[in-house]
Amino acid sequence: MTRESSKDANGPTAHDWDHRPLRSRLMITVGGFGTLALAVAVLAPLVGSTPIDFARVFDRSIPFVDNADAQIFFLARLPRVLAAMVVGSALATSGVVLQAMFRNPLAAPETLGVSAGAALGAILAIVLGFTVTVGPFSPVPIASLAGALGAATAVYLLASAPRRPLSTAVLLLAGVTLNAFISALILFVQYLSDFTQSFRALRWMIGDLDVGNYVPILASLPLVVVAFAMAAMISAPLNLLTLGGDVAATRGVNVVRTHRLAFLTASLATSAAVSLAGPVAFIGIVVPHLVRLIVGVDNRVVLPAAALFGAAFLVGCDLVARTVMPATEIPVGIVTALVGGPFFLWLLVRKV
Amino acid sequence: MATRSQGLIVLTLVACLAWMGAPAWAAASADPPQRIVSLVPALTEVLFTIGAGPQVVGVSSYDDDPPEVLTLPKVGALLDPDTERILALRPDLVLVYGSQNALQTQLAKAGIPVFEYRHAGLADVLPVFRTLGTLTGHETEAACRVAEIEARLEAVRTRVAGLPRPTTLLVMGREPKSLRGIDASGGIGFLHDMLELAGGRNIFEDVQREAVRASTEMLIARAPEVVVELHYNVEIKESRRDEERALWQRLGAIPAVRGKRIHLLFGDHLVVPGPRLVRAVEEFARAIHPEAF
Repeated sequence: MTRESSKDANGPTAHDWDHRPLRSRLMITVGGFGTLALAVAVLAPLVGSTPIDFARVFDRSIPFVDNADAQIFFLARLPRVLAAMVVGSALATSGVVLQAMFRNPLAAPETLGVSAGAALGAILAIVLGFTVTVGPFSPVPIASLAGALGAATAVYLLASAPRRPLSTAVLLLAGVTLNAFISALILFVQYLSDFTQSFRALRWMIGDLDVGNYVPILASLPLVVVAFAMAAMISAPLNLLTLGGDVAATRGVNVVRTHRLAFLTASLATSAAVSLAGPVAFIGIVVPHLVRLIVGVDNRVVLPAAALFGAAFLVGCDLVARTVMPATEIPVGIVTALVGGPFFLWLLVRKV
Repeated sequence: MATRSQGLIVLTLVACLAWMGAPAWAAASADPPQRIVSLVPALTEVLFTIGAGPQVVGVSSYDDDPPEVLTLPKVGALLDPDTERILALRPDLVLVYGSQNALQTQLAKAGIPVFEYRHAGLADVLPVFRTLGTLTGHETEAACRVAEIEARLEAVRTRVAGLPRPTTLLVMGREPKSLRGIDASGGIGFLHDMLELAGGRNIFEDVQREAVRASTEMLIARAPEVVVELHYNVEIKESRRDEERALWQRLGAIPAVRGKRIHLLFGDHLVVPGPRLVRAVEEFARAIHPEAF
């Protein structure tokens, strides 16, 4: 989609919006989505399957080990909300970058095989019962991070053969093929494993944000922060790339470098998110489109908006997941698609 | 009470000895099946325990108990039964799981009798012994095994009778070396029934499901006094078991952790609703009520 056509489609209001200076659009967007994300983040830990007494939660005179309300708040809910924010913003950012880089609205964090690599790692760890721990990290997150980074490296090496610039066409095809290949490996491992292990592996692939402590969240932060920083660096060149590589090159964009950084951004963000919570579906594809329907197609605005809205959206979905059915939970990956799908369709039909 | 159940066991054994001495015609029914294929490991165990083992000609790919089944042809399992291999064994009885509809249709077309089974509660386990005993011509032996198991279950019931029932979390699986992804027994199914018989009170007894994904919040809120972890895939070395228990320190405020009542049990007999289930019930009871043993 070019910028011109989107302006026409979005009518005069969108036209005015696109002609505002970037600074004002950014301030309104970050202000709006930031407020939403903050509000959701503050409200979400207040709600849960168990009623808790907030006077007790913050009562320092009760020892923590005797204070179930404080434990529920600080050990169960808060890490979960923070994990949802990190994962939601990372997957949404990854989606924006990949869609811009491939100029393909269907590109998503799953496209490049990075998610599949993470899943293969996790499933091997589950099925074979890996017991290797690194510091405070348990085997499944370690194996999924290794799988994600391994798959990303493989795709990158395939797409950047010697004496040839990195090609997005090869990158996309190699990614999709590797994805299918790894998915087949996953099915094969599942086929060989016993019934309950297969079920647990499947359950991992739906995604789960109940991380239970802050260490894994903190560990994922460096990757996510680097990814966000790189995304910020390439947001302007990505706009020009949507016009095509040649046009972008004539306007002074280092196309290969931008592609490389975009790939690295998406891979790091996806790896961090998936090793933290499993491949939560739908965020990476729906949040970017949703945000574009609201703020237009300028990636300099879309990227922060998607990161903030992705965070708010996943926290909201997880809130539904953990409260809607008493005494049990719906896996959050099911909620993201069940809530996000109709919402997205509604916005799509209303806008176009 | 204890003497009563001991008396029961003695009676049963006497009855069984008497049966073993009886002439062969006493146990024979009209043409019992001689070529049985079992796709359900629990039923395979039942067949062998009631003396119908020699009639079994094929088992599921997950079967590994008793050791005799290891040399028998494997014919697939719940999701991937190998119809061709099953038919090639020319069975005269196939034991299938209730959800294997396509296989049942195919076997019906081939005119092969089918015994359909589904896992249910503890109360449904022993009747299956009797039914299979009748079907395979081992009625008396099945009755003996049932009586033995009932006597052992009764002995457990007697030991824990009147004791306070600690709230218990029965863990059926979790991520390796981590407290993430805890699957626990819900309020129905044979594992729940076994836990209750062993004198525990399932913290998820109100959840009408066999399995519950227990979140951190649920665990803290439901505050189990005892945790029983079932490790049926991998046996953890004795030297590493303390590390596994130490993982629970993350939820240090749960009564079970503070009271150091995290029990790890090992072996696939813990989750197969067959003849070895009574052993599992005894292990549950020892974990939940060490004071009674």
